[in-house]
Amino acid sequence: MRKDLIRGSIVLVVFTLLLGVAYPLVMTGIAQVTFGDKADGSLIRQNGTVVGSHLLARDFSRPLLGTDGKPKHDADGNVLTEPDPKYFQARPSATGYSATVTYFPNRGPNQASTRDLTRQHLAAYLALERPYSPGLKASQVPVDAATFSASGVDPHISKANAAIQARRVAAVRKLPLARVQELISENTAGRALGIFGEPGVNVTDLNLALDQEAR
Amino acid sequence: MTEGFLQIAVFCVIFIAAAPLLGGYMARVFTDERVFLTPLVAPAERGLYRVFRVDPEEGQDWKAYARSMLVVSGLGVLLLFVILRTQGIHPFNPSDFNSGPWDLSFNTASSFVTNTNWQFYGGETTLSNFSQMAGLAVQNFLSAAVGIAVLVALMRGIAARHGDGKLGNFYKDLTRIVLYILVPIAALATIVLVSQGVLQTLGGTIGDIARGPVASQEAIKELGTNGGGFFNVNSSYPFENPTAFSNYFELFLILCIPASLPFTYGRIVGSRRQGWTIFATMFVLFAVSVAVVYVAEQHGTPAQHLAGLSTDHFSGSAGGNLEGKEQRFGIAGSSLWTAVTTVTSTGAVNAGFESLTGLGGLVPMANMGYSESVFGGVGSGLYTMLLFVLLAVFIGGLMVGRTPEYLGKKIEPHEVKLVSIGALFTALIVLVFTALAVSTKYGGPSIYAEGPNGFSESFYAYLSQANNNGSAFAGYTGFLQLNAPGNVGALSVTFANVMGGLTMLLGRFVPMLAVLAVAGSLAKKKVAPLGLGTMRTDTPTFAFLLVGVIVLIGALTFLPAFLLGPVVQSLTTRLF
Repeated sequence: MRKDLIRGSIVLVVFTLLLGVAYPLVMTGIAQVTFGDKADGSLIRQNGTVVGSHLLARDFSRPLLGTDGKPKHDADGNVLTEPDPKYFQARPSATGYSATVTYFPNRGPNQASTRDLTRQHLAAYLALERPYSPGLKASQVPVDAATFSASGVDPHISKANAAIQARRVAAVRKLPLARVQELISENTAGRALGIFGEPGVNVTDLNLALDQEAR
Repeated sequence: MTEGFLQIAVFCVIFIAAAPLLGGYMARVFTDERVFLTPLVAPAERGLYRVFRVDPEEGQDWKAYARSMLVVSGLGVLLLFVILRTQGIHPFNPSDFNSGPWDLSFNTASSFVTNTNWQFYGGETTLSNFSQMAGLAVQNFLSAAVGIAVLVALMRGIAARHGDGKLGNFYKDLTRIVLYILVPIAALATIVLVSQGVLQTLGGTIGDIARGPVASQEAIKELGTNGGGFFNVNSSYPFENPTAFSNYFELFLILCIPASLPFTYGRIVGSRRQGWTIFATMFVLFAVSVAVVYVAEQHGTPAQHLAGLSTDHFSGSAGGNLEGKEQRFGIAGSSLWTAVTTVTSTGAVNAGFESLTGLGGLVPMANMGYSESVFGGVGSGLYTMLLFVLLAVFIGGLMVGRTPEYLGKKIEPHEVKLVSIGALFTALIVLVFTALAVSTKYGGPSIYAEGPNGFSESFYAYLSQANNNGSAFAGYTGFLQLNAPGNVGALSVTFANVMGGLTMLLGRFVPMLAVLAVAGSLAKKKVAPLGLGTMRTDTPTFAFLLVGVIVLIGALTFLPAFLLGPVVQSLTTRLF
């Protein structure tokens, strides 16, 4: 037994050094040399500061202004926001698109709260898009637009969702719809190897491309 | 759904093609044959034996093997607990995190040493990079290697022909599994994952983006069927699983060892048909679970339909229950993941399981109810399956009225008792602990959802921890972070943490001891020549019997619990 205890301790210490220190450090070295940008998080920099990642959705909203032109606050003193109509909107997030603290929405299939939140998402989506897509019905809203993503920062929306939002973005930005649709297809990830996964439009990249276009 | 089933089918073809190859390679590693890595790894291997002061040729009987296994695991819990308690003084702690509550540390330490990777903590908000790398990832390797080592001992016991009762040397097995199997594949996988966009940096949070050395850990997390994510939302987070390709690549990593081991077994006992029979049994149960969960998830949920959302497929949108799922994986990629991670004991999730449909949520529970024997955890899956094989042989023997024997060895009362303990013990603790959690006031604070989903949360928690899976209906809480990240002012639910920790330790080591005892007993038995009355164990008939035994024991034990949770939900459109 004593022999086992000594041997076991040596085994643990040695493997901790090998697998817990050497392995991740060597891997970090190789990753940084071969795919440095990706290993660092596919970061988006503007004027030298990090503003996001190509892989993470961001909150494309703006402060809600009152009649006096000043930002409105809720009871807790937080600034109220509304979706910024000149941007494509990512999927609803339970975490406020946080890349610092992540958690699952945990909305069950038979929870009344799930129904209520889904209803809210639907209503918000219709309110934003209907002025530009008259006659848009709730049953035509794609599921990704009215459900929480798992990560809270899902950067992709479905093609159907992007097609609806394109009409609004084109109108607000006074761009030809065809140009916006072109940008959408440039920022669409298809199925991997033509088979795997679901096509998705990367909202973060698409909005960056739109801002480039404006310049 | 055609595209969905197509991608699932292509994936299955790929892993079925790869499994016999990796299985053969592993068989050569376990029998000390030369493999292509030998020139590269052998010097390091010999060096490690010298440092460990191990004579690799010294065989251990089952008691010595079990003692070494328990010592390494026990010290592992202790070391990991100490690492988690001392976060304040760690190097590689860019965000200056302190330690969480003690009971949370106990839960986490038990969780990683038992290959469970149940997570009450949120990785990016509570753990330093040092804890992740030197604490958790080390146990991701070692717990996987321990599981495989115990399986190798059982395979040797079954295959033994000389009757000296020796099962091999634990330290040697551990070392060879790490050096020849886990490290090479994990290293290769790390680079593939980084190429897809998975993080691998020692830099901490930049802007408001939490970061760390994720890919190296992600690789072994999947390969070792561990599942503990660097981030709280695990493999749904783009920094852990950025693309549809990485999703399928990670699924392959999860399945590759458990699906290959039956072929390793076939070679070691000298009959590849035995390996194919077990693989086929596993595959049938797996295929059914994939199909059920995919069809269920494509249907959508009552809450969504009552809200007026259409979950039908139309041009540009695949429809289905996308709540708590990611667009890039889609319903098919998330459903396949749900099935793969719960037939194997991988606690990784790429979608919020609590948001699955009622029927969809039943699938992971049923998979765990089979005691993780369908592919299962690395090593642990096949040794649990072999317990069921022995049980099926025994039941088959009773039906035809002959002394049951398996591969020439008589299965006698002593083995059947041990097999019963090994196969039924986890079910017992699941039911007892769930009952305690839902019927006393101590379990209440952990529950998040109203109605049957609240019961499902509790049941899932103990089912998952006892079977060393680690996935969760994540509303179930053991830890609350009231303030900013870093554990200051954090609270824990001591009952959930301590009971969970005990569940994981018991669910891991009691069956392991039973398995090693069976191995020791079989290793001593003389081989009887194959007679006319011997029931063959390499035929479709036997596979059919085996499926029956697994489903009967697994599912029937839990039927009342299934009824109270997921079945109620899938039968009603009522909301709670």
